[in-house]
Amino acid sequence: MISIDLVIVGGGSAGMSAAVAAYDAGLRSILLLERGNALGGILLQCVHNGFGLHRFKEELTGPEYAYRYETQVLERNIPFKLNTTVLDISPDRVITAINSEDGLFTIRAGAIILAMGCRERAKGALNIAGTRPAGIFSAGTAQKYINIDGYMPGNEVVILGSGDIGLIMARRMTLEGAHVKAVCELMPYSGGLARNIQQCLNDFDIPLMLSHTVVEIHGRERVTGVTIAHVDEKRRPIPETRQYIACDTLLLSCGLIPENELTCGAGIPLDRVTNGAIVDQNRQTEIPGIFACGNVLHVHDLVDYVSEEAEIAGRAAAAFVQGNAAASDREIALRTDGKIRYTVPQRITAADAVSVYFRVADVYRNVQITVRDGDRVIYEKKKAKVTPGEMETVRLSADHLRTLDGNCLEFSLVLIDAQEEEQS
Amino acid sequence: MYDIVVIGAGIVGGMIARRLSKFDLKLCILEKENDVGMGASRANSAIVHAGFDAKEDSYKAKLNVRGSELMEEVTKELGVKYIRNESLVVAFAHERESILALYARGLKNGVRGLRILEHDELHALEPNLNEDIDCALLASTGAIVCPFELCLAAVGNAMDNGAELKCNFEVVDIQKQDDTYTITAADGRQVQTRYLINSAGLYSDKIADMTGDGGFTVHARRGEYMILDRAYSDLTSRSIFHTPTKMGKGILVTPSVHGNILLGPTSVDIDDKEDLSTTPEGIANIFDKTSDNMKDIPFNQVITSFCGLRAVGDTGDFIIREREGVVTLGGIESPGLSASPAIAEYVEELLLRAGLEASVKPNYNPFRTSPRTFGEMSAEEKNAVIARDPRYGHIVCRCEQITEGEIVAAIHQNPGARDIDGVKRRTRSGMGRCQGGFCSTVVLDILARELKLSPIDITKFGRGSRILNRKTKGDDGHDIH
Repeated sequence: MISIDLVIVGGGSAGMSAAVAAYDAGLRSILLLERGNALGGILLQCVHNGFGLHRFKEELTGPEYAYRYETQVLERNIPFKLNTTVLDISPDRVITAINSEDGLFTIRAGAIILAMGCRERAKGALNIAGTRPAGIFSAGTAQKYINIDGYMPGNEVVILGSGDIGLIMARRMTLEGAHVKAVCELMPYSGGLARNIQQCLNDFDIPLMLSHTVVEIHGRERVTGVTIAHVDEKRRPIPETRQYIACDTLLLSCGLIPENELTCGAGIPLDRVTNGAIVDQNRQTEIPGIFACGNVLHVHDLVDYVSEEAEIAGRAAAAFVQGNAAASDREIALRTDGKIRYTVPQRITAADAVSVYFRVADVYRNVQITVRDGDRVIYEKKKAKVTPGEMETVRLSADHLRTLDGNCLEFSLVLIDAQEEEQS
Repeated sequence: MYDIVVIGAGIVGGMIARRLSKFDLKLCILEKENDVGMGASRANSAIVHAGFDAKEDSYKAKLNVRGSELMEEVTKELGVKYIRNESLVVAFAHERESILALYARGLKNGVRGLRILEHDELHALEPNLNEDIDCALLASTGAIVCPFELCLAAVGNAMDNGAELKCNFEVVDIQKQDDTYTITAADGRQVQTRYLINSAGLYSDKIADMTGDGGFTVHARRGEYMILDRAYSDLTSRSIFHTPTKMGKGILVTPSVHGNILLGPTSVDIDDKEDLSTTPEGIANIFDKTSDNMKDIPFNQVITSFCGLRAVGDTGDFIIREREGVVTLGGIESPGLSASPAIAEYVEELLLRAGLEASVKPNYNPFRTSPRTFGEMSAEEKNAVIARDPRYGHIVCRCEQITEGEIVAAIHQNPGARDIDGVKRRTRSGMGRCQGGFCSTVVLDILARELKLSPIDITKFGRGSRILNRKTKGDDGHDIH
């Protein structure tokens, strides 16, 4: 068995950023394992632009963004193996992987960074009634057929779910000559970025049908149509609103799930809300020396934040291997009020400044984001609007964290209007 | 000219063909679909029943009990996983009489290993049962198999021993002249045979009308199922039935040999023999009924739902008879899978009685190597295989960890996979939690490459089930250069 200081599982945007950061922190024994046939991960099929606005102040396509990091990996001669699938990670950091050249092999790792990304929710999980013909695709599968393989999966399209990939694919299929008849969204709001709704739907006159879902799929061999219906406030379809739409393709964009099978196999506890590992500010999981970053930790809406998070993990993993990890003498739990669904990190073990990322449970207007240490408010920020589709950040300074009374920080969302009404 | 033609490559036709393939005869299997096992064999409860619930002296009872006895050996020869996981028929206090009646019938049917379990022992054995389940009938010969794997293996073994398989052969006409039957397909192909086996499942009544041995009807009974993620396999290790009704054995909770929990089936008679749709009512019914027996079923971990159609005859029993060289098998609904090895044994007997003259081939080989053994090899064995064929080092299906080597083997074995679903049934690629989201595009590429077809010609399950409809750019008038 070979020994390597840092093994990174996944060569997408998170894995590459983490590798570069670890290298720049002085680590040299690094190995990046990627199951695809190139570095870049899902970015390679995201040929639309809009990547890198925060990082590079430019609008890059997915492959361009990936290429910038691939270049950095190559410049540093960081070793990587492509077409290599990790099958198992043990709690004591032994990795079992397989590829055609090395066969089945094991590596003892000084530290591990989990950067496996996420997958799309499959149609089975949606329990849509009707037949099971050809022509039902997850949005990402259709994206791969069109952008990588160069084939069109259909002509008359209905999309269920208004996550960003669904929105992007509505535009992409339209540009390739398909007719996208509707994007149905179960919730009363879209889970996608506001800019994508404008640029991918509104600009192409594609109707976004909020509070609608697909209740039945028709067609024996190939999809011939779907029945959609309006849903009530409990998301139950209203029978009298059933409506048939003829189509040959149904795309599903109904949420992303972090791919944490390896994480679970290693015995690393997950956060039930994010479906990713529970981590501290260094993105270290509950097992020392195993870190996680990117969409395997929580689903991001911008790759820029993935890179940022991966750099944190990369630097921390390097420090762990080098024995420079700061000894922590504190344990602060981050709690949320339900309107804020989760935070990453979930715990803080140092008094350095830290950015806390979170998502909200619903669309709220005129809110105050509040962080409390017991009864004491240590941070507050007003926002005109927050939505589940856009990740929020709170930057806590070292000053905020140095003088805490308790060992718990409470993150809550206060509705300003409601507060004023109560007072009047 | 064939000696024997089998119409319908389901589990019954497959087992019969395999049994007859030991003889020095020309044997052909006709199948209307693009692959074998596409009817009830594709979607059922995957249970080898002990045989306690069919009426005494019926074909169902006799052939089930005999089939259950034969199944372990047959699956061993065919390299198909068989797990004797035991069955439990559970009952509330007011249903105790039915359980005792079932027990008594089981004894009459000659089922071994039956026992009544009382509340405390039962709940110690199955802690996830609802507290108010009072007692149960335990059948220690109850087992599980993968039905489509078994069907593939049976047909494959028959082919390895010389049988031919013709797919997309939808029989539309059968004529008899002298001792010869001429069978015509919808596309005009014809085959001739001396003996004919009608194992056409849902359409066995139609085929029987063509052979002149009709007079019965078969209708479809819809059964809807749901499958849970493998991470929740510890719900139960036994197959849990509720006390049966006249519509069947009820909705059950059972593990599959691959470690998923299967919930279902519903039981609704329908007119349309092609209607494989699932319904909101069916899904709700599965939730309700399984929740009666088990607590804490993780319904949010359903990875897929599907529908199977049982071929229900109008006599209440299997219809099995031979006339003028035609063996008719009608209404082989549950326990058809369990009975299938015994049905094959009985059909052989019927043919020999009808005058079939045949000698056993000296080179007959009853064994088949499962194409799925790679996953079960040791690290050393795997490395030896990868060294010989590097495609075994390339994982295509992440969820089930299926390699390109296994997929290629599935395309070139007997009977070879011809479509995406065919690869899935043979290798499990696409059967995991992402349901083919990642691997289906790669499987499509491999199929096109191995079959020397355009990706556009690759289907999900034959006929018009194409996945792709045109190139985005390039050779169809869209060239931008």
